Amino acid sequence: MEEKTILERLRREFPAEVEGAAASPLGEDVVIIGKGALLPVMAYLKAKPEDYAMLLDLTCVDLRGEEPRFEMVYHLFSLTHNRRLRIKTRLPEEELRIASLTSLWKNANWLEREVYDLFGVHFEGHPDLRRLFMYDGFEGYPLRKDYPLRRRQPLIRLKD
Amino acid sequence: MPNRILKQARQDTMLLNMGPSHPAMHGTIRIMLELDGERILNSEVEVGYLHRGFEKTCEHRTYFNLLPYTDRLNYVSPLINNLGYVMTVEKMLGVEVPERAQYIRVLMSELSRISDHLTCLAAMAMECGAFTAFLYKMKAREFLWDVIEQTTGARMTTSYIRIGGVRADLHPGFDTVLKKAIEETRLVLKDVRGLLDKNKIFLNRTRDVAVMSREDAVAFGWTGPCLRSTGVSYDVRKAHPYLVYDRLNWEVPLGEKGDNFDRYMVRMKEMEQSLRIVEQAAVRIPKSCRAFIAEGMAPAQAIKESRRQRVREDIALSPNLEGSEEARYPDILASDKGYVVPPKEETYTSIEGLINHFKFFMRGHGLRPPKGDVYFAVEGGNGELGFYIVSDGTDRPYRLHLRAPCFHIVSALEALIQGRYVADVIPTFGSMNMIGGELDR
Repeated sequence: MEEKTILERLRREFPAEVEGAAASPLGEDVVIIGKGALLPVMAYLKAKPEDYAMLLDLTCVDLRGEEPRFEMVYHLFSLTHNRRLRIKTRLPEEELRIASLTSLWKNANWLEREVYDLFGVHFEGHPDLRRLFMYDGFEGYPLRKDYPLRRRQPLIRLKD
Repeated sequence: MPNRILKQARQDTMLLNMGPSHPAMHGTIRIMLELDGERILNSEVEVGYLHRGFEKTCEHRTYFNLLPYTDRLNYVSPLINNLGYVMTVEKMLGVEVPERAQYIRVLMSELSRISDHLTCLAAMAMECGAFTAFLYKMKAREFLWDVIEQTTGARMTTSYIRIGGVRADLHPGFDTVLKKAIEETRLVLKDVRGLLDKNKIFLNRTRDVAVMSREDAVAFGWTGPCLRSTGVSYDVRKAHPYLVYDRLNWEVPLGEKGDNFDRYMVRMKEMEQSLRIVEQAAVRIPKSCRAFIAEGMAPAQAIKESRRQRVREDIALSPNLEGSEEARYPDILASDKGYVVPPKEETYTSIEGLINHFKFFMRGHGLRPPKGDVYFAVEGGNGELGFYIVSDGTDRPYRLHLRAPCFHIVSALEALIQGRYVADVIPTFGSMNMIGGELDR
């Protein structure tokens, strides 16, 4: 049983939600899931037999021109098995919402605030979803592809 | 704006603003504290004062062009940032790097790691009042930077590690300077340990202050010396060995409690291990069989000559940076012509060289990794420094994301200082080694 890879085990555990699981040409484990299954899949991966205890990274990619437009990318790391795993899920532009991972990992708090700040993705269940890097009153989401590189924003008034 | 704390604060407490321009807030970061007397009830950390849009900028630069931006991420160990980015691109392209270049990379990244740790601990010690320790460590850092400067030509913004290898070969006087730097650093480490390890003031401010449990450290995504101070043995150099780290003998020092003192101690011990790595690498590095060309035609003369006919003589160039000699390229750069900047001698003296040069730099013609995405991480000064690059097959990254180690570490600051005194913020924050450049990107 142990010979089965994590990709096969995930396919067996979540037959409906896992849309694709394969090693990328560069030898990295990549799993593509439906966005509704994010929390159960992550909870399963974090729990014991798999033991992906660390959320290494969480980010978003704007694939303008494709449908669905946004892709969330999660990197997990297992200290006991010493392997990394990449989870991807697509979000359509009309409904930019996905479950928050703050209940599973503590660093998800800031990471999700960053993605909200730069891409405008809403995380449901996040305790304090605000901009992280940009200031209050900043308009638009700078890392989206339709945000021009040199766009200037008006100065904001000093707050008391 | 620290909105959350402004909303939640009780009526009878005091709000104290620390930073963003506070001498103890290393880069620029703002901490809003809600105080009951000296005790911190709540706090809110605000980052982003140094946000320069690194990721957005990189999407508009070619793979070769954006290298200098990576210098400015962790500005106390720029060579490791160069390395992380360059190795990510190399993984996409599948470039083979010559062995000598790999050893040079190890040497350079370990020297940077020592100077990174020295800077962090120097600042931490100074903020606790130990100004002598600060000066000693800065002195050691100067010796290390002399080594780096001599070979790379710059102290901080090096851009020395290039896709396919390194920019120039080691300086002829490298061994002498390195030996001196190692000796001086060893002396300083010994002095600093004597000054701080049993110093009552330092111990009172760091022992059992801001204790991080093993589970929390993992849940916060801590890596590097901060994670190892809690007793978790994870080092990218051991877990996913890159370059030649698996051929060298060294250990991963661990802490026990995860308090400020352990974070100090782990860094101190890591520097000793890094010195071991440097010493071994300096001995084992494959010798270059090619001597520097000292006597030859002056570059200006060669250019003049080449207007009439192709120059067949050797051209004298300085050993590094002002143009490496073509003869040394096989030792320090990948052999595949498409991945590296063509030698300057050819560019200036032959038409094929000139065409190659233009092909490399022309818009849409430079390095074009295949479509796909890649994640690669190296062990930075603060922990796992990862790059996630999405390529769409053009000569500039479609998306480049940096996994900044201190982003995860600083996100735990609020939890660590809750319930402590104001004075504890300073050593806690100092032991985290917050680097604005990589935190805010």
